[in-house]
Amino acid sequence: MSEIALQVNFGLNIALLLMLVAIGLAIARTRSLLAAILLMGMYSLASAVWLIVMDAADVAFTEAVVGAGISTVVLLGAILLVRAGPVRHNWRMTIAPAVLVLGVGGLLVYAVTGLPEFGDPASPTNAHVGRSYLIQTSDEIGVPNVVTAVLASYRGFDTLGETVVVFAAGIGVALMLGFGPRSNLPRAPAATGDHHVVLRVTAKLLIPLIALFAFYVQFHGDLGAGGGFQAGVILAVAPILHALVFGLRGTIAALPVRAVRSVATMGVLLYSGVGVVCMINGGGFLDYDYLFPPSVEAMIPPGLMGEPYHAHHWGQHFGIFFIELGVLLTVAATMVTIFYGFAGRAAEEPGAST
Amino acid sequence: MNVAVTHFNYLAVVVLMMIGLYVLFSTGNLIKRMIGLALFQTSTALFYISLGKVSGGTAAIKIYPDSPEARALAAPLDPTYVQQFGVGGVVYSNPLPHVLILTAIVVGVATLSVGLSIAVRIREAYGTVEAGEIEAVARLDTADAGRDP
Repeated sequence: MSEIALQVNFGLNIALLLMLVAIGLAIARTRSLLAAILLMGMYSLASAVWLIVMDAADVAFTEAVVGAGISTVVLLGAILLVRAGPVRHNWRMTIAPAVLVLGVGGLLVYAVTGLPEFGDPASPTNAHVGRSYLIQTSDEIGVPNVVTAVLASYRGFDTLGETVVVFAAGIGVALMLGFGPRSNLPRAPAATGDHHVVLRVTAKLLIPLIALFAFYVQFHGDLGAGGGFQAGVILAVAPILHALVFGLRGTIAALPVRAVRSVATMGVLLYSGVGVVCMINGGGFLDYDYLFPPSVEAMIPPGLMGEPYHAHHWGQHFGIFFIELGVLLTVAATMVTIFYGFAGRAAEEPGAST
Repeated sequence: MNVAVTHFNYLAVVVLMMIGLYVLFSTGNLIKRMIGLALFQTSTALFYISLGKVSGGTAAIKIYPDSPEARALAAPLDPTYVQQFGVGGVVYSNPLPHVLILTAIVVGVATLSVGLSIAVRIREAYGTVEAGEIEAVARLDTADAGRDP
């Protein structure tokens, strides 16, 4: 196990983790909220690279889109709304937390030394359930990406819960900040001058490509890295970019608040509907082997069945397809709802502009 | 081997976690607190992913056994190691932590937005997002309410 490639991998791991610690310390030190938010974006990007080194391609994808994209936009919207100045510094408030943090850290370091070695293939985490997923996915699910198989099929119920949490968070933000601007927005000042022309032309070119890329990530998710969560966030970036460049008014005209709301609901309904269809056909909730009734399964031409033991996989393929579509709809619409909430508030504030 | 090397990832995660916790406790600014909470949350994600790494492993996307790609991935590894821990001649990292963290990241940004929207409403109601000042304003309000019969 002392091959050069493995050493390079481990060296990259250490370098990236040190980089993350350095960015974390910079976040703790800075008094400027804007600097802290931009550093958070850098932190997410660095951790996405680290996740690739750790073989977590799907997670790296998500972290790059969510951490460096959406959460930066939301945080920037929030500091615009609260008009926060620099963070105030108070010596009284640093000593007690420092002592507490050092105490907890010491306990955790003591606990960590009892864990199995990093990269140990025989550790309890890696030897049991994770390994059996790797072995059984080919026979039971039949999609190459094991992460998608576990996410959408083995742990489909978990993922339904996560989707509902995202949906509920969207409702929470909408209740708190509104679904968008309450009154008719004043018309954005007519685009005068040409100093934004490069931005506008580039955005017009990029927005369709971003949407196309989202659909590629969606429908390629069972073959390679990708899936509903990543694609949903990428898809939400397209209208957000449109609003940032062309103004919120135009975006809401093209993508009405009402439509976004109903799409978010439809995603959750589609997901749980697949589960109910499986139950009607005699299986458990979200047991895709029962997605099609036996009479439909019998109509599938034998040429499409592959080997005999692949017969059930059509249910699995379509089940994963539909629930990933539900996740895409809910995640994308929720992210747009959250953005509308923050941007709509900002548009109402006198003196602030989106 | 030295614990500082074999457990380096876990130690780095503890350091990041403590930075997040410190940011959370050391400031009264609600936005900065949310940033600290996000750091804390990310460090948990890093911990899970570190646990799921298998040395010499690759991303959990199945490769046909005995294909050129599978052979290229197995070439630098010890054959008995691949035999024992590989699936179809390829060693994969554990996909389960990846699934858990992937969804947690998306849920994390959604809950971060809820927290920030609460901070925005607090700013609208109290005129500040500093925890100490909010308490002072709230105390004034209750004092006023007590004086009015």
